[in-house]
Amino acid sequence: MSAVFWKELADHLGSKRFVIFFFLILIVGGASTYLAAQALSGTQQGAEFIYLRLFTVSGGGLPSFLGFLAFFGPLIGVVLGFDAINSEFNRGTVSRVLAQPIYRDWWINGKFLAGITALAIAVASIILIIVGLGLYILGFPPDGAEISRTAMFFVISVVYLGFWLSLGILFSIVFRQTATSALASIAVWLFFTLFLYMLAGLVADQVAPIKPGVGADVFAKHESIRDLVLRFSPVALYEEATTAILIPNYRGLGIAALLQEVTIPTSPLPLGQSLLIVWPQLVGLVALTSVCFAISYVIFMRREIRST
Amino acid sequence: MPVVEARGLKKYYDGVVAVDGLDLVVEEGEIYGLLGPNGAGKTTTILILLGLTEPTAGEVRVLGYDPAREPLKVKRVTGYLPENLGFYDDLSARENLLYTAYLNRIPEREARKRVTEVLELVGLADVADRRVGTFSRGMKQRLGIADVLLKDPKFVILDEPTSGIDPEGAVQILDMIVRLRDERGMTILLSSHLLHQVQRICDRMGIIHQGKLVAQGTLGELGAVVEAGEMSFEVRTSRVDEGLLEALRGIEGVTAVEREGDLIRVRASADVRPHIARAVIESGADLLELKGHTYTLEEIYLRYFQG
Ligand SMILES: Nc1ncnc2c1ncn2[C@@H]1O[C@H](COP(=O)(O)OP(=O)(O)OP(=O)(O)O)[C@@H](O)[C@H]1O
Ligand SMILES: [Mg+2]
Repeated sequence: MSAVFWKELADHLGSKRFVIFFFLILIVGGASTYLAAQALSGTQQGAEFIYLRLFTVSGGGLPSFLGFLAFFGPLIGVVLGFDAINSEFNRGTVSRVLAQPIYRDWWINGKFLAGITALAIAVASIILIIVGLGLYILGFPPDGAEISRTAMFFVISVVYLGFWLSLGILFSIVFRQTATSALASIAVWLFFTLFLYMLAGLVADQVAPIKPGVGADVFAKHESIRDLVLRFSPVALYEEATTAILIPNYRGLGIAALLQEVTIPTSPLPLGQSLLIVWPQLVGLVALTSVCFAISYVIFMRREIRST
Repeated sequence: MPVVEARGLKKYYDGVVAVDGLDLVVEEGEIYGLLGPNGAGKTTTILILLGLTEPTAGEVRVLGYDPAREPLKVKRVTGYLPENLGFYDDLSARENLLYTAYLNRIPEREARKRVTEVLELVGLADVADRRVGTFSRGMKQRLGIADVLLKDPKFVILDEPTSGIDPEGAVQILDMIVRLRDERGMTILLSSHLLHQVQRICDRMGIIHQGKLVAQGTLGELGAVVEAGEMSFEVRTSRVDEGLLEALRGIEGVTAVEREGDLIRVRASADVRPHIARAVIESGADLLELKGHTYTLEEIYLRYFQG
C-alpha cells in the first residue's frame, strides 16, 4: 500500500489543481484573517482567545476563515478524489495495476490516505501562515489553550475534508466518466452547502410554523426540527464542531443553549468539555466517511477490470 | 501439473454469452495461441484466468491456484499484457516500471536494477527517462512487455500483443516471445487474430468461436482434422480440355473441380490421387505435377467459421 500512497501523494502535490486550490484558500484565507486581525488589533493581550477569533471573525465583507473552509473545503476534498478510479479505467492503467499482487481495497485506501495527507499538508500550512500573520499584526504569541484548540480545529477540518474526499472517490467508482462524477460531486456539495439549509427551514416552517403570538415552545420545536434536518449535513456537523472548539464559551446547540447564554454570563469551557460537546459531530463525520468507503468497497471489489 | 486448467468455463453478461463451456489446458513451457474472431470470448477468458472477472460457472486453476479465491497468489507469478494497454503519461518509462516493481514489493535497489535490465531487453534503454505520453504505439507495447517481465513471471498472458504494430515491430515482438520461452522457460498464453503470426510461434493453439473452443492442437493436428472432412489436390498437366475435367468430375468421391489457368484444383472427400493420375493419362495428356495440399492456419480457420 505504501507504493500506492507515495505515488498518489507525489501526483497530488505536483498536480495543477492542487496548487491552484492551495493558493486560492491561501489568498482568501490570508485576506480574511488579515481583515479579522485588523478588526481585533485594538484588543489587549490577555483578551480571551484572540487567536481563535482570527478564524471566526469576519471583516470587510469577506467571510471568516472558518466559513470559507466550511463552504469551499468540500470542493477541495472532492477535487482530489472525483477521478481517482475512473481515470485509471479511462487511461487503461487499471488492468496493469490490478494485474499486480495488490488487494483492490488497498488501492483505494492508498489513494485515500495520499489524498488526506495532501489535504492535511495544505490545511496545516495555511493555519500556520494565518497564525504567523496574527503574530505579526497582534504582536504577541498564542497561549497554550489557543494552540491546543487550533490543533483540534485542524484535526476536525481534516476529518471534514476527508469525508468529501471519500465521497469523491466513491463517485469516481460509481461513474465511468470523470465529467459525470465531477458534476455529481458538485451537485452534492451545493445540496449540502445551500439547499439543505433552505430545506431545513422549509420543513421546520411546515411542522412548527412560527406565527405572531406563538409560545416559546413553538420556537424551540422549530429550532430543534431545523437542527434535526441539518444533522444529516456534514457541513452543519463541521460548523457545529468547529464552533464549539473555536468559541470556548459555546455550550451546545439549539435554543435552550441560546437562552442560557442570554441569561447567565458564561465562562469558557475547558478543552475537554468542548470536545465532549463536539464528540457526536466528529463521530457523525467519521461515520459518513465510513459509509462512503463501505459502498466503494462493495461496488469495486467485484467489478470486472476490463480496459476498453 | 498444467499451468492453466479450465473446465466448463462459462461467463454470461446479462443474457449475452461471452464464454460458453470452455475447456482449456496450457502445459508448462509452451506457447499457446488463443485464436478467434472479434467477440469470440478471448479477452473474457483471459480476465477469468487472472481473477479480474468472475466466471458464471466452471473450474479454473492457474499454477494450482483458483484465481477467484486467491487472486494475489496467481498475480505474483503471472504477467499480463492487457489488450488496451495504458501507462501514466506524465511519468517516464522508468518511473512507470518502478511503480510496478514497488507494487510487487521488489526492494528499491533490486527494482532499479531490474527496470534497467528489462528496458534494455525491449530496446527502450535510451528513451527510459522520456515521458510515456510521447511514446509511439509500438514503443508503448514494448514497454508493456517490459512491465510484464519485471516481476520475472512463470506464466505470461499476452492479449493481442501485436495489434496495431507494424510488421517489422510485430516480428521483433514475436521473436521476443519465443526467446522468453527458450531462454527463461516461461509458459506463454497469447490471444490474436493474426493467424500467420500465431502459426509461426505457437506450439499449440486453440480456436475459439462464440465462447467455445472448437478445435485445439498443433498446426498439424488442426490440419488433419480439417483434412478428414475434405482434401484438395493441385494437378498440372500438359493440356487441359473439357473432356479431362469431365473425367475428373466422374471420379467417385470428388466434390469439385476448378480450373485456374493450367492448374486444376480438385476437392474430394478421400485421397483420390491414383484415380486422378489414371484419368489424366487416359485423356491423352501428360501428368506434370500432382500434389496434395497442406493447409495454412488461415485456411483451417476459415473452414471452421464457414461451416
Ligand atoms: N461488460 C460486458 N457486458 C456485456 N457483454 C460483454 C461485456 N464484455 C464483453 N461482452 C461480450 O462478450 C463477448 C466476448 O467478448 P471478448 O472481449 O471476450 O471478445 P474477444 O474475443 O476478446 O474479442 P476481440 O478480438 O474483439 O478482443 C462479446 O460478444 C462482447 O460483446
Ligand atoms: Mg479481446
